[in-house]
Amino acid sequence: MSLEGKTALVTGATRGIGKAVARALAEQGATVVGTATSEAGAESISADIKAAGAKGFGIVMNVADPASIDAGLKEVSEKAGAPVILVNNAGITRDNLLMRLKDDDWSSVIETNLSSVYRTSKAVLRGMAKARWGRVINISSVVAGMGNPGQANYCAAKAGVEGFTRSLAKEMSNRGITANCVAPGFIDTDMTRKLDDKQREAMMEVIPAGRLGEPEEVAAVVAFLASEAAGYVTGETIHVNGGMYMG
Amino acid sequence: MSTVEERVKKIVCEQLGVKESEVQNTSSFVEDLGADSLDTVELVMALEEEFETEIPDEEAEKLASVQDAIDYIVAHT
Repeated sequence: MSLEGKTALVTGATRGIGKAVARALAEQGATVVGTATSEAGAESISADIKAAGAKGFGIVMNVADPASIDAGLKEVSEKAGAPVILVNNAGITRDNLLMRLKDDDWSSVIETNLSSVYRTSKAVLRGMAKARWGRVINISSVVAGMGNPGQANYCAAKAGVEGFTRSLAKEMSNRGITANCVAPGFIDTDMTRKLDDKQREAMMEVIPAGRLGEPEEVAAVVAFLASEAAGYVTGETIHVNGGMYMG
Repeated sequence: MSTVEERVKKIVCEQLGVKESEVQNTSSFVEDLGADSLDTVELVMALEEEFETEIPDEEAEKLASVQDAIDYIVAHT
């Protein structure tokens, strides 16, 4: 399989898109390490990877905490080798209209969704540069381009991730390292299940496909970007949104 | 145990993909050995690892030649 012998690190892999990504990369033969914020989460990732007959395991890592990232990456490198595929998927929402948004809502979303991407990417680049091969794939969001009321913090973080990715792509291209974003629209996960019926109804009206996306449909694009075949694609944001936004 | 000079030259060869015969003490990383900005960053990181030291950015900028690197390491380790 195409990713045989390569170690992939997927943040936020207990559920939703991260879980589907971990599975998709494992199916391609990669050794997949998924991160969770709790011991129970890490165990469920290990069990999921084992059940799929693939190599890999879960670890506890809080992407908002630099010390936790350092410790997590050390553990990964020792047990599975330096990751050459990084999928920054972990993310949170703290929605509120800007006039009501608290400082803490702002900073926690920026830390978890944007600063974490800087930290994990920086931590894996050395290994990728040495290997002369690497894939950084950041999960953005359709709202990075569109904007969304009640999500100024989330949109800022995700748009930041896209800019970060383009710089990274330019810096590292001549080392065989690509950096891209995948921007999902409304995907059927816990994050979108929080929406009420009225919000869902409004959403359906703006999605030409007339349905939510499945996590596996996002994971398939991530798996492509991680593959050898995608070596000349870099600095790009690929939208997976059923037609609701086309950039 | 190899000398500092030998160890520095070995790292330069590995990082910049040049032959040992091409590396003189006076060789400039950028002008003679074809290093780009990313190469020089990687080179400094490799030196830090090999000699278990930390080279601050303002010092790293001054390391233009093989001899500069040897002198720095000798003075700081």
